[in-house]
Amino acid sequence: MRMLKIENLTKVYRGGKVAVDKLNLDIQEGEFIAFIGTSGSGKTTALRMLNRMVEPSSGKMTLNGKDLTKMNAVTLRRSIGYVIQQIGLMPHMTIRDNITLVPQLLKWSKEKKDETARRLIELVNLPQSYLDYYPAQLSGGQQQRIGVLRALAANQDIILMDEPFGALDPITRDTLQDLIKDIQQRLKKTIIFVTHDMDEAIKLADRIAIMHEGKLIQFDTPDNILAAPANDFVKEFIGSHRLIQQKPNVKTVDEVMIKPISITIEKSLDEAIRLMVEKRVDTLFVTDGDNRLQGYLDVESFTGARKTKKSVSECYEKEVFYVKTGSKLQDSVRRILKRNLKNIPVVDEEHRLVGLVTRANIVDIVYDTIWGDEEQEVSVEGQIGSEDLKELISG
Amino acid sequence: MQDMTQMSTTEQFLFYIQENGWYVFNQFLDHFLISIYGVLLAALIGIPLGVLISKYGKLSNVVITLANIIQTIPALALMAILMLVLGLGKTTVIVTVFFYSLLPIIKNTYVGITTINKSVTDAGRGMGMTKIQVLYMVELPLSLSVIITGIRIALVVAIGITAIGAFIGAGGLGDIIIRGTNATDGTAIILAGALPTALMAILSDIILGIIERRLDPVKRQQKRISATV
Repeated sequence: MRMLKIENLTKVYRGGKVAVDKLNLDIQEGEFIAFIGTSGSGKTTALRMLNRMVEPSSGKMTLNGKDLTKMNAVTLRRSIGYVIQQIGLMPHMTIRDNITLVPQLLKWSKEKKDETARRLIELVNLPQSYLDYYPAQLSGGQQQRIGVLRALAANQDIILMDEPFGALDPITRDTLQDLIKDIQQRLKKTIIFVTHDMDEAIKLADRIAIMHEGKLIQFDTPDNILAAPANDFVKEFIGSHRLIQQKPNVKTVDEVMIKPISITIEKSLDEAIRLMVEKRVDTLFVTDGDNRLQGYLDVESFTGARKTKKSVSECYEKEVFYVKTGSKLQDSVRRILKRNLKNIPVVDEEHRLVGLVTRANIVDIVYDTIWGDEEQEVSVEGQIGSEDLKELISG
Repeated sequence: MQDMTQMSTTEQFLFYIQENGWYVFNQFLDHFLISIYGVLLAALIGIPLGVLISKYGKLSNVVITLANIIQTIPALALMAILMLVLGLGKTTVIVTVFFYSLLPIIKNTYVGITTINKSVTDAGRGMGMTKIQVLYMVELPLSLSVIITGIRIALVVAIGITAIGAFIGAGGLGDIIIRGTNATDGTAIILAGALPTALMAILSDIILGIIERRLDPVKRQQKRISATV
């Protein structure tokens, strides 16, 4: 397991101002960490010390035992992705050159760079033709997508983000948040993220580091922070409305998921259709021999295709949204609504298909919480649920 | 032989060009080369100096004030002072042009680099560019059009100064103008020197203006956008 270990990291500016005071953090591989705090709390300075854009005054940073403060700063920065609030794309370079800026510095071959650019731009749902555009021809949200790709292009494992969505409008920000979370989980990147938006931190981060006046106040999962704020400052910072929300028992997807109907990839289409008819479903999840989720097959995907194609492997949809086992039901509901999905599969750590949450499931839960139990306490959650229900019905 | 006194100024001018066309052309070339040498020399020194002071803010005041002071000395006076050291001839004029070109070139390089959006250079550094790479991959390409503007201003001024240079025997179109002022009814000869000088200044301005627009990343993109629409 790779790990980033930060010990007593301190930054004192000339004139004696202490920006970051003895920061201690252990970050695991694949974690999504958010640094949060008011302005002047030292969160950005702390982040910029990690790629030595700001030189630490004292302290140690080690990645798998390797001391980052002794590395060449330029080499270090080429190995760590970096996304900034102002986006900072090179206005005189095409999108292709912007994406492959770090590979360019690392002197990759032209073919490898072009291939990387083509592969990456698909990751953020932009057309290939954009590769020849200049940044000024793209909207702010599109530019920041390219900004994110630039941080991924050289296969960096760790990506630092300094309020990357701060300058975007709320709708674009929301889409990009989903996108980045999805990319992070799919590519298993470690992301360290600075924000001053608590909602953003709760939505994205596995663990949140709350900073105040250069000191780390609390470092824990969003749930633990909401359940047990370390002190009054944290309580005030996260806001009383969020604390109340958190009190009722949070349901996870595991409690509500049903058994999905799946088919292995090597089966024929005839078998797939027969299975659908037999189980009376319109979607089959496609798995490999080890029950790992590969994609899905629905009625639409093989109307017309049946004459020419014979096996499942030829016509299943590879792009499938999923949630991890153990994630909060609230989050999956949000995904279902936002993506306008009929259902969302649940996978375990090894990407094995373990369950399925459908819209019908969610309606059942909402029904239970509103009418199934008349207790006062639960009705708080019920209200939230009924909001979702309205959206669910109208959406 | 025609009677010169009976001709109008225009006719006299055309007659002079007809008779001395080759001579005027040679002086034109001389004039142009003196200006170009001076400006190129200034660019060679001025651009690195401009880059340097954009990195070390404290130096910028000293250097720009110094260049400003040079600019306030009248051209004829500066040439006279330099003549004491360098003697008569082309070299002195080239050095004078060099001094006058320094200010616009240094200042435009400085302004071009310091006005680049800081987030762009910050991103460049964050991606792992060395200082030199930031300079030649980001800062110089983005400030090139502003630097060319400086060279354009310098060249136009230089063409004017070179005309005065004829007083210390550098040749050039100034020679023809001085000959005209010395001759009785020399208007046509003055024009034969002055018009090509003006033409040279205007042409250099236009040509460098085109180059400048070509190199401006923002304008270049607008062109691309209109092309794709």
